[in-house]
Amino acid sequence: MTKTPTSPTFAMSRRALLLATGAGLAASVLPFGPLKAQQSGTLAMCVTPEPNAMCAAFNTASPVTVVSGKMLEGLLNYDFNVSPTPALATAWEVAEDGLSITFTLREGVMWHDGQPFTSADVQYTIMEILKQHHPRGRSTLASVTAVETPDEHTAILRLSQPAPALMYALAGWESPMLPKHVYEGTDVLQNPANNAPVGTGPFVFQTWERGSHIIMTANPNYWGEGEPKLERLVIRIITDPSARAAALDAGELHLAGDGPIPVNQVQRFMDSPDFQVDTRGTEMNNSLDMIHTNLRNEHLAKLEVRQALMHAMNREAMLGVVYYGLAEMLTGPIPETLPNFYTADVPSYDYDPARANELLDAAGYARGADGMRFSLRLIAPTVGDTYERMGQFLKQNFRDVGVDLELISADIPTFIRSVFGEYDYDLTLYPGSVTADPTIGSQRFWWSKAASQGTPFVNSTGYESAEMDQILEDASVEPDPEARRALFVRFQQLAMTDLPILPVARPIYVTIAAANVENFVPGPDGIRAPYGSLAFTG
Amino acid sequence: MKPIRRRFPWAFLAKRVAYGALAMLVIAIINFFLLKLAPGDAAEALAGQAGTADPAYIAQLRAQFGLDQPLLSQLWAFLVRLATLDLGYSYVFNERVSVLIFSRMPATLMLMGAAIVIAVIGGIVFGVTAARYANRWPDRVISFVALLLYGTPPYWIGLMMILIFAVTLGWTPTSGMENVLAFNTGWDRVVDIAHHLILPALAQSIFYLAIYIRLVRAGMLEVLSLDFIRVARAKGISERRLSYRHALRNAVLPLVTVVGTNVGNFLGGAVLTETVFSWPGVGRLMFDAMFQRDLNLLLSILVLSSFFVIVANLVVDLLYAIINPTVELK
Repeated sequence: MTKTPTSPTFAMSRRALLLATGAGLAASVLPFGPLKAQQSGTLAMCVTPEPNAMCAAFNTASPVTVVSGKMLEGLLNYDFNVSPTPALATAWEVAEDGLSITFTLREGVMWHDGQPFTSADVQYTIMEILKQHHPRGRSTLASVTAVETPDEHTAILRLSQPAPALMYALAGWESPMLPKHVYEGTDVLQNPANNAPVGTGPFVFQTWERGSHIIMTANPNYWGEGEPKLERLVIRIITDPSARAAALDAGELHLAGDGPIPVNQVQRFMDSPDFQVDTRGTEMNNSLDMIHTNLRNEHLAKLEVRQALMHAMNREAMLGVVYYGLAEMLTGPIPETLPNFYTADVPSYDYDPARANELLDAAGYARGADGMRFSLRLIAPTVGDTYERMGQFLKQNFRDVGVDLELISADIPTFIRSVFGEYDYDLTLYPGSVTADPTIGSQRFWWSKAASQGTPFVNSTGYESAEMDQILEDASVEPDPEARRALFVRFQQLAMTDLPILPVARPIYVTIAAANVENFVPGPDGIRAPYGSLAFTG
Repeated sequence: MKPIRRRFPWAFLAKRVAYGALAMLVIAIINFFLLKLAPGDAAEALAGQAGTADPAYIAQLRAQFGLDQPLLSQLWAFLVRLATLDLGYSYVFNERVSVLIFSRMPATLMLMGAAIVIAVIGGIVFGVTAARYANRWPDRVISFVALLLYGTPPYWIGLMMILIFAVTLGWTPTSGMENVLAFNTGWDRVVDIAHHLILPALAQSIFYLAIYIRLVRAGMLEVLSLDFIRVARAKGISERRLSYRHALRNAVLPLVTVVGTNVGNFLGGAVLTETVFSWPGVGRLMFDAMFQRDLNLLLSILVLSSFFVIVANLVVDLLYAIINPTVELK
């Protein structure tokens, strides 16, 4: 659903138009010119919120991965089918027993400081950095016992058990390779390179003016043929969504991703010849909006109640009212964007308030004098305004079946403390990423052993099913893709039968670019891509 | 008549500095406990941002941040850091706290200074004008507009100004402190920053402008009815000179007092203005620190802000004596 521009020269014509007016005359006197910048090949994109660091090895917050991915690379990249493609590794082979992975490393690659990139860097990064300090490295790389380096351009990962999901976690923005010679023997957490990375990527770090912008310049020794195409990449920090829309309108910003502007303005950008709007670029992340119940609540502990809530939700209307059409409604816990795992063959719950009322009657909840059966609290983090609209929408849907919904909105640390620290909630709604592999992204919400009070974004529902645990554990070590798919099909069916979590939607986070920008969504990782091919057309 | 020679008020100053230091200590301690009341800590916030995290990672973060220490020893450690002027390292922002704050302080002070100047000058000019034409049409227009500005949320005014002046008219940039694509240096850069400063400074000043207009108008009306003005008028002094030279000097004292107490509000208002205009100042740093529960950084900013407010009030008190020599400093 990419929109192609019809008039790439519009920026020029609007400027000419402005010049004809007094207003334009005033503007032209003062230095302020995106056109000049385009000629010198400087592209301005924005990232939100401001990253706290420049290196994703220690902090995988979304904005950090965006900037880090331009300077630091991983062993692999991925195509739109989420299949691995070469990056720092040119070839890879998973042993038949699944207990080792051999990577052939690219030759002639230099770190930004001129030192050669070798297998020793891979060994050091995986064993000393990612396994020790990466927020989720301990779990994704749990089965890696050693990295052998028979020569400078071969790295062999030794595994204690097969880890099929590992191959999906090696992108530069997720598991960046770091230079051993810069980090070894230092306090790695306070290493200056964390804020001024020395990488192998297409862009070299220049400056970071906190609160304002980050500047990177082209890496002249980059291995990619004819890349990078830009001379400079400026990453601006613009905190307010409406201000980002204004900056795009004014031509001060050429590119913005991850759903950068208020959703009710997206259609205007889609219709404008000045801009391109791309809805792809989240296939690697697959952030899902799901309602996690608290099975410790006496009402929610009853399956009929959870089924009734599913029947009470008018998800077709929700798509328009809550998401402005920018979402795909879910049939289960795995989205259609992961065709290797997705199945539509699961128990489904159509919008049917009558059925919901029957289920609640059968569960023994008669309506009180005010028409309500019982009340529940829904807590959601204050990120964007989608969850606020969703809360209002659900309140109406649930009222129709006699369930009174109390809405609670909390900032992220408060939300995390209530939901994951104290289990003090009834229903909660937040984005959770399936990533490219359900073992990495989904298992934590459904596996009883992932529950750990005080750890955010894991199983908080209190769901415990021996069958579910077995399926997930088997799938995490099943080397055969077909057998693994079969396990995940059973996972989706069981999930939709037991319903500890009510799947809602996969929101689409758009990427917006000026009409004359190309390759701004080169792969499934969207604006997290290294952007070697990002360029101005013409 | 011999003019009264005044000695520099050392005793007054010493007393005020001692009070100021005490106030900062109390502010630091109260804020420490207030912020500790907020649910969640920096480790959770950071782990939350990362999307996933295992318990060992969170425990490692807590140890790094010193959050595994008892509350009182955390407070003591913070006070010792303050006393030795070593604010420590922020693991959340990966930078020394002093570097974080002082690299962003100039932007906020510039914005605040510009906003105060606009509000004070505008307040005086419009306030005096309104008083001179009391209950005639210039007064009615000024008073009505002031009331309107007073009642409009500043962030909304900011957004509307961006839409009108930056997007539609193209007179100013939409946001930021400078054109980061132009790589200006020297004088060009100064002009560029001033160009970027116009909208945020206006947006931040507007609310106070409205208050100051009302304040100056009321003060002027009162003074203009006094006998010495009648005498001055009888001597044939021009109305303009009468207003600005004779009356304003007396009417401006309440304004100075209010500006002094507003300095803290200007710092608070910076959060909104800086967010709307992507101005890289301390206000946004404070906001980010709050949402990420970086309490050490946040407390450092709050204590520094209180320092500014205390100094500003001291300066205001000293100004009284200069504006009106009959005021005695005790």
